[in-house]
Amino acid sequence: MTLDISGDSAALSFTEKLGQIPWSFVLLITAVACVGFAMLYSAANGQFDPWASRQMVRFTVGLGLMLFIAMVDIRIWMKMAYPLYGLVMVLLIGVDLFGSMGKGAQRWIDLGFVQLQPSEIMKITLVMALARYFHGASLEDTGRIPFLLVPLAIVAAPVALVLAQPNLGTSMMLIMASGAMFFLSGVRWWKFALVISAVLIAIPLSWQFLLHDYQRDRVETFLDPDSDPLGTGYHITQSKIAFGSGGLMGKGFLQGTQSHLNFLPEKQTDFIFTMLAEEFGLVGSISFLLLYCMLLLFGFIIAGRCRHQFGRLLALGLTVNLFLYLFINVAMIMGLIPVVGVPLPLISYGGTATLAVMVGFGLLISVHVHRDVRMSRRGLGDL
Amino acid sequence: MSAFDRDAERQRMLSRRTMVLGGLQGAAVATLAGRLYYLQIVESDRYTVLAEDNRISLRLVAPPRGLITDRFGVPLAVNEQNFSAIIVSERAGDVQQILDEVGKLIPLTETDERRIQRDIQRSRSFAPITIKENLTWDQVAAIEVNLPDLPGVSIDVGQVRSYPFGEALSHVLGYVGAASEKDVEGSTDPLLTLPGFRVGKGGIEKQYDQALRGAAGNRQLEVNAVGRVIRELSRDPGQPGREVALTIDAKLQHYMHQRLSAEQSAAAVVMDVHTGGIQALCSSPSFDPNQFAMGIGYDAYQALLKDERTPLINKVIAGQYPPGSTFKMLTALAALESGIVDADHRVYCPGHMELGGHRFHCWRRGGHGSMDMVGSLMHSCDVYFYDIAGRIGMDRIAEMARKFGLGGRVGLEIPGEKPGLIPDPKWKRRALKQPWHQGETLIASMGQGYVLTTPLQLAVMTARLASGKAIQPHLLKSIEGQFTETTEWPGIDVKPENLAVVLKGMNAVTNVPGGTGYRARINVAGMEMAGKSGSAQVRRISMAERSTGVRSNESLPWRERDHALFVAYAPVHAPKYACAVIVEHGGGGGAVAAPIARDILLECQMLDAARATVAQQPPPSTDTTPVPPPAEGGTP
Repeated sequence: MTLDISGDSAALSFTEKLGQIPWSFVLLITAVACVGFAMLYSAANGQFDPWASRQMVRFTVGLGLMLFIAMVDIRIWMKMAYPLYGLVMVLLIGVDLFGSMGKGAQRWIDLGFVQLQPSEIMKITLVMALARYFHGASLEDTGRIPFLLVPLAIVAAPVALVLAQPNLGTSMMLIMASGAMFFLSGVRWWKFALVISAVLIAIPLSWQFLLHDYQRDRVETFLDPDSDPLGTGYHITQSKIAFGSGGLMGKGFLQGTQSHLNFLPEKQTDFIFTMLAEEFGLVGSISFLLLYCMLLLFGFIIAGRCRHQFGRLLALGLTVNLFLYLFINVAMIMGLIPVVGVPLPLISYGGTATLAVMVGFGLLISVHVHRDVRMSRRGLGDL
Repeated sequence: MSAFDRDAERQRMLSRRTMVLGGLQGAAVATLAGRLYYLQIVESDRYTVLAEDNRISLRLVAPPRGLITDRFGVPLAVNEQNFSAIIVSERAGDVQQILDEVGKLIPLTETDERRIQRDIQRSRSFAPITIKENLTWDQVAAIEVNLPDLPGVSIDVGQVRSYPFGEALSHVLGYVGAASEKDVEGSTDPLLTLPGFRVGKGGIEKQYDQALRGAAGNRQLEVNAVGRVIRELSRDPGQPGREVALTIDAKLQHYMHQRLSAEQSAAAVVMDVHTGGIQALCSSPSFDPNQFAMGIGYDAYQALLKDERTPLINKVIAGQYPPGSTFKMLTALAALESGIVDADHRVYCPGHMELGGHRFHCWRRGGHGSMDMVGSLMHSCDVYFYDIAGRIGMDRIAEMARKFGLGGRVGLEIPGEKPGLIPDPKWKRRALKQPWHQGETLIASMGQGYVLTTPLQLAVMTARLASGKAIQPHLLKSIEGQFTETTEWPGIDVKPENLAVVLKGMNAVTNVPGGTGYRARINVAGMEMAGKSGSAQVRRISMAERSTGVRSNESLPWRERDHALFVAYAPVHAPKYACAVIVEHGGGGGAVAAPIARDILLECQMLDAARATVAQQPPPSTDTTPVPPPAEGGTP
């Protein structure tokens, strides 16, 4: 990656941009996705149908989408941040109004060819909108509470809609990713302390009045998974058995008994890492964690090299997002946190999540390719 | 502060906070790694066990039940294939339509269909549901041919206990049935928990249930979360049930069953006088054990229960009858052993005897005249036995009776044996709180009054008389080739010369003209039998009836007629078989029971002779030496 002395890469030609794409990063993404294909192949008892083959198609489409997004000038994305946020908000409202019922939660819009999950896309557009907002903010700005009201509203609106679906996992992710954005923008520590203590006070109240029964069940199950081994605790108990029985070296590819005999629920989606750990043991699961951490590391490096605030914030926000996916999913299936429906991107079977994460990678790469563009404090550079 | 400075400060803040964020993420990932280590290394063993528990389902395998054979290896109880039609609903599609199709091939009642539909709803879709059990071969063929049009239907082969000799042996073998709570209680055998597992319910099947049952095997099956079997991991067939060989001779048994079926209600038993092995044991009428093994219907069972001829009761061991005159050998022997009376002791029989103001009648109203001991046995003269019983007293008679196996269970290996009763003064004081009367001794001397015996006890008595050995009756010849029989029995504690007198009397009964069983004698040289008849009164004959003439058995209702008894052994000169026969309410022992005993003992010896010929061995020496029937009989 050569440093552009001119300080303005807007003039980069198409081929120059292509050369700027961090192909090792693309390779890493593909490698992680291939692990996912292998696990989906195993989940179907050694067949490409029905999951692995479709996931491959989606990933290929996603790869194209990613490269396209990467080539688009970052300033265009900055310009699009608010409109895109607005569009996804409209979709979220649409889901609440017309979304088809799925697993007791309204999450999808059926577009015929793909079931669109606006909440997944919101994870990206929210980060974009916040990055856009904080791009021009000085530390003085972020110190003023009135200045923070607008971004708070930007966060609160989608969170409320996603909670209403109801989708606890995604709303938590939106809140935490946004919190990270606020933190990175320089909001004072004590303000976070204030909010966190307020939340701690609010938890017992929301337990009583806001949470749905199934969400309460999940939390109770988390606190004592063995109390109801064949009910809601079943998933976690079986998942832990799968982890534990995998041992150091695992049972071997396609040999996981917990997964192949269907003791493990949802093995192709939320619990796919469990299956990986069962079949490849601690060696496999740690290796996979390291591989995933390399993706995160790339995110941090891209942020560090970027020379404009929007790019840094966007890159860090997207990286935090990816981290949250990983942490929430893996912690959940190991019984560290309550069961919340969060997939493991690139590995879990699922259209929107795959596409959303590829869009995120596209934006990350775009940040990298356009790391040196000039941008005015007010927002748009000289495009 | 310049814009540049402000920007630089903001960037420093961002960098710092990025480090914090990165640190937090690193810590979080480290937590995940720690948790992985905990689950996959620290707790691995525990979870491995749990995973195996999940995956492996241990299913018991019922071993085949041991065969029961007769003494020559002829199978008496076997396991037969039992065909059932089953349906797997997930492969059937429209279950009702398939059932309609099946209904055209085999009869299905509405109850059947309701049960099938209910079972299907209660079970997983891959679980086989029984449509109908116990299909005939034709029904199996009809379904097999139409299988292509009956998706989900298949024929399942199970095992069912079958008794080739049916009714003839049901009282010996018993039958098998589902384990009751009592069977399960206190047992740790896992087989009892198997649905449909059958245990012995009487007879040999019950007595040797443990040996016949074998030990449970198991199959390790890999199952998935909903219980569907994926594959078999291992199979331990278990220990098959052991083969039990009986002392029974199936041919003789079959013959005896046929012979007894001619009577309304009868029982007979034949045993080897040297080993005590039961050659045949038959109680008629009987029941079909195959019906029980398949599950007998309520009506059929009630009919068996209510029949006054008691087909469910094994009369040989559980029927208690006054032995009548078959008891007289023991009275005679007790008298001889006491030394008070010898064989030449003579009594004049005028047809009755007076004692304490009561008149005790002889069965022959006109009397027998002067009798000695052999003659009194031959003619069954009651007055002679009144006389000697009066002289020796009841205690001596009772003691002799017990020596010969009466008055207590003899201990045959099949359950349900009754003890019978040999009364004596002590017993009467204890049980009835009444003193013993001399008259009761007279009544007991000829096997009436309180005296009760089972046909098995009478056969044991006869065998002990014939062999002079205290043989024990038994049905078991060997288990899995391990022989248990013996001829080494202790001798009976009586003087041989006294025993000889009694045997001479028994010989006279059948082989001297005028003997009560002479007309039923065996006329084949070397196979002659000796015996004793008995007729046990089951009603009290009133003085009024005596004065007008005792009514004949033929004129009485069936239930009030005398029991006809006969005990015998053969051949006379070298006793081998002892036999006891009772025909319930049959009338006179000599006329009704003796011919049956003759036929049985003759058949018994004929079978032996036939087998000896087949085995191309020299015919038994008994055929070559003509044995003259002992001539000297005490004819009056």
